[in-house]
Amino acid sequence: MKKVDENEKLTGSTVAGYGVLTILSLIWLIPVAWLIMTSFRKEPGAWNPYIFPKGYTFDNYIKLFTDTSLFNYPRWFLNTFFVAVASCAISTILNLLTSYTLSRMRFKLRKQMMNIGLILGMFPGFMSMIAVYFILKAMGLSQSLLALVLVYSGGAALTYYIVKGFFDTIPRAIDEAAIIDGASQSTIFWKIIIPLSKPIIVYTVLAAFLAPWVDFIFVSVIMKDNYNNYTVALGLYQMLTRENIYNYFTQFCAGAVIIAIPITILFIIMQKYYVGGVTAGGVKG
Amino acid sequence: MNYIDYVSMPWHKKAVYKVKQFLKNLPHNCGNICKIAGKKISSGIFFAGKEIKTYFTVFIKGDIRTKLSYFIMGSGCILRGQIVKGFAFLALQSFYIVYMISFGWGWIKLLPTLGIAVKKEYWDEENQIFRYIQGDNSMLILLFSVLTIVITFAMLTVYIMNIKVSYHNQLDAAQGKKIPHIHTDIKTLFSKKLHFVFLSLPVLGIIMFTILPLIFMVLIAFTNYDKSHQPPGSLFTWVGFDNFRNILGGDKVLASSLSGIFGWTVIWAIFATFTNYILGILLALLINKKGIKLKKMWRTFFVVTIAIPQFVTLLLMAQLLANSGPINIILGYLGLPAVPFLTDVTMARIMVIVVNIWVGVPYTVLITTGILMNIPKDMYESARIDGAGPIKTFTKITLPYMLFVTTPYLITQFVGNMNNFNVIYLLTGGGPLSLDYYQAGKTDLLVTWLYKLTVNQQDYNLASTIGIIIFAIQAVLSLVIYNSTGSVRKEGKFQ
Repeated sequence: MKKVDENEKLTGSTVAGYGVLTILSLIWLIPVAWLIMTSFRKEPGAWNPYIFPKGYTFDNYIKLFTDTSLFNYPRWFLNTFFVAVASCAISTILNLLTSYTLSRMRFKLRKQMMNIGLILGMFPGFMSMIAVYFILKAMGLSQSLLALVLVYSGGAALTYYIVKGFFDTIPRAIDEAAIIDGASQSTIFWKIIIPLSKPIIVYTVLAAFLAPWVDFIFVSVIMKDNYNNYTVALGLYQMLTRENIYNYFTQFCAGAVIIAIPITILFIIMQKYYVGGVTAGGVKG
Repeated sequence: MNYIDYVSMPWHKKAVYKVKQFLKNLPHNCGNICKIAGKKISSGIFFAGKEIKTYFTVFIKGDIRTKLSYFIMGSGCILRGQIVKGFAFLALQSFYIVYMISFGWGWIKLLPTLGIAVKKEYWDEENQIFRYIQGDNSMLILLFSVLTIVITFAMLTVYIMNIKVSYHNQLDAAQGKKIPHIHTDIKTLFSKKLHFVFLSLPVLGIIMFTILPLIFMVLIAFTNYDKSHQPPGSLFTWVGFDNFRNILGGDKVLASSLSGIFGWTVIWAIFATFTNYILGILLALLINKKGIKLKKMWRTFFVVTIAIPQFVTLLLMAQLLANSGPINIILGYLGLPAVPFLTDVTMARIMVIVVNIWVGVPYTVLITTGILMNIPKDMYESARIDGAGPIKTFTKITLPYMLFVTTPYLITQFVGNMNNFNVIYLLTGGGPLSLDYYQAGKTDLLVTWLYKLTVNQQDYNLASTIGIIIFAIQAVLSLVIYNSTGSVRKEGKFQ
């Protein structure tokens, strides 16, 4: 008798649970669905006084890649891709080198270096934005893609603590055993540490790869008015200015959907590692 | 008070107790921090003093070859057969000298004044046009002086290294040991001193793109580099602590902007962090609930929203909530008055927090799901047997457990929210603008204010001052929280 009772109670609260989940999912998904729908909308304009479009078309996507007179989306896409790949490679290398050294080697000034890194991280990043621009200008690199790569990856070593926290959880006994077996530092690094920390490495690689796709602040400061070297984020941002928004709003949505696709794919890959990565670095670090 | 008393207190008393404890410990903690800082500084001075002493004693004890390397770098190495190393030192020294003569000194010499020759305009009678005489550029003077100072420090390190190597060689020779050949040196570099190799590139990157700009910007806080002192047209100069004095009370508008914006920043950070945290946990719990099927699907529904770049969703939301945006149109159809979502101060402040919930909750779901599953099931079981309802189990078991595990995450979230540029800037742009504030609106955070002052106003001096203030706040906050939670991380616990 009692069991039946409990089951009934359970279904009652479960139904309520489903109800809440459905409402919440709708709240979270409607903007996304609306974005996709608008990217296929035939008529221009930012907002129409009705919800469902009058007609559907692929033109927004096609125009994005063919009509490059005002907004050169394909060019921006390639720019972003180049910057993302390059800065991802550089920052991953810098980050892994720093993390490994700080986690595995003991040397003079090690603690001090870690503290300095922590302190530097507390200054707001925007603060030195202008100075970075002046420095790049003095190097003759301003408004170039290389400058952007350097800006995204130059300070990558400062985020060492997440990866280092992960490396710290790999027992040193393994290293010592390997050293007794005659392994060198580089063998330990490549054959032991890297395979064991795959989750966190995938996480850092993808995080570094994603940053250029969504940042528009540093790009806007560095590129100023050099439209050819814009990245997609900044380019799309331009489409929403007062004079462009009417004609380009649907294209903006299409452009946003196109960047969202690779990010979604990468995100699905990353999701597996994300949880382990963030908590491992944060809690045990 | 012992542990049992504490545990048996109702939650509000617990909170009061905790706050009391925190305040009681505050002076102690601050004192500790000062003590540690003092110790660090004094040990630094001690270290420097020792280095200077060795510098002179080595000069006295050194033979002619060592002495010579005090003036010509690398000579101690070359004269003892370490040709490659010696010439490397020598090359560095010559590079430095050439650099200083041709470039560095010219800038350093202007550093105290930051330039005196203003760009001049005069009327060229003959050609009937205005002509210009190129003046000094304070910005370049400051930038290249900082660069030269950094290079000088690097050079000083190399110089000391050169003396040490040379003295070591002398001692080795005196003991009849073989002086290391370049091959041996390279070998040690790749085994015992591998950290030099590994860290050289990362450190170079940090110096170039973090430390150098940071020194430059910190120095700018002590100048009057604002929109009316823009090189090359005009010069700026040192003003000491004037900017700090102005912003902390000297200038009424600036001071009230700072206190107002700071207050809102803290309120925002508290709300943004905890609404996301608690609602995220509740949502994750709901998805994890026993009877709910298709857990993966539900989770994906929420997590998918992360994939769309934040600037897209935020710009859409901003359009959606605009005064003539779709939501107000719909309200109009329903015969309701339009709501000034982003133009009324209170409303705008509520809206940024609400939209931030939309943006942030999926992240919390993602992060907390795994941890929630790790909470021992028997704890819930016994709570249920003791007759605890769902609210009680949440406040007594889930929340304390989560807080315990995720405190570091919460701290980083809090600091991250204080600097949450995207949500504020893209949604309201800091607006509604206020005349009480200097170039800022009522939803502006310190960072967005800093950004506006830099990019729109070009008041670099104020922006830098605010940057330093943000840094100070963050540093104190992190240190105090860090010390008082007692969760000082144990490095190597797992090694």
